[in-house]
Amino acid sequence: MDETISIVLFSGTDDKLQSAAVLTAGAAALGRPVKILLQYWALESFRADRITADHGLVPEAGRAGKAALDAAAKAGQAHWTETLRMAKELGEVDIQACSASMELLGLKRSDLDPIVDGVEGVAAFYVNAGEGQIVFI
Amino acid sequence: MDIKLKVDASGLSCPLPILRATQGIKTLQSGELMEVVATDPGSVKDFAAWASSTGNALVEQDSANGKFRFVLRRK
Repeated sequence: MDETISIVLFSGTDDKLQSAAVLTAGAAALGRPVKILLQYWALESFRADRITADHGLVPEAGRAGKAALDAAAKAGQAHWTETLRMAKELGEVDIQACSASMELLGLKRSDLDPIVDGVEGVAAFYVNAGEGQIVFI
Repeated sequence: MDIKLKVDASGLSCPLPILRATQGIKTLQSGELMEVVATDPGSVKDFAAWASSTGNALVEQDSANGKFRFVLRRK
């Protein structure tokens, strides 16, 4: 069995990115390699100048959902960037920006936060994913 | 029981307890023991899964007053 988990991040809201960071960190703690591909609005959220800005929540969160997440943050729950950094320190986590999304959004490599390891296309993503599972968030 | 390292993960939610455990176990030599205390109820199943997946042995486990305690031996 291929232990690698590949995660495509499409959405750029903080709740979805938090969910992705938790899945990544859990896999890293189990010693499983994680490959992340950033597309569209997720990629936008990894811009160096706004990675820790407020990226909003999905519509179904509503006001009650926002209040719950704000309370969790106040209680000291780690920001998704923090969880991802920890996962990278502990395990084998590789974060790649989708080259087509880079072009679409007019981004250069230097516009992205250093937590991003590189830029790749979809063929490289599939080859690296091998026979492992692919998750889309 | 000679516990080399104690990790307090109280108040931390998933996945932080197993992340702290992963950080901690790396500082130990093979055969040494680490104790982790967590309050996340998910940690009971998580530590069993973590132990079986990483090969570090879960040698003792108990709970009291909403706290879960795990003793793990580095493989």
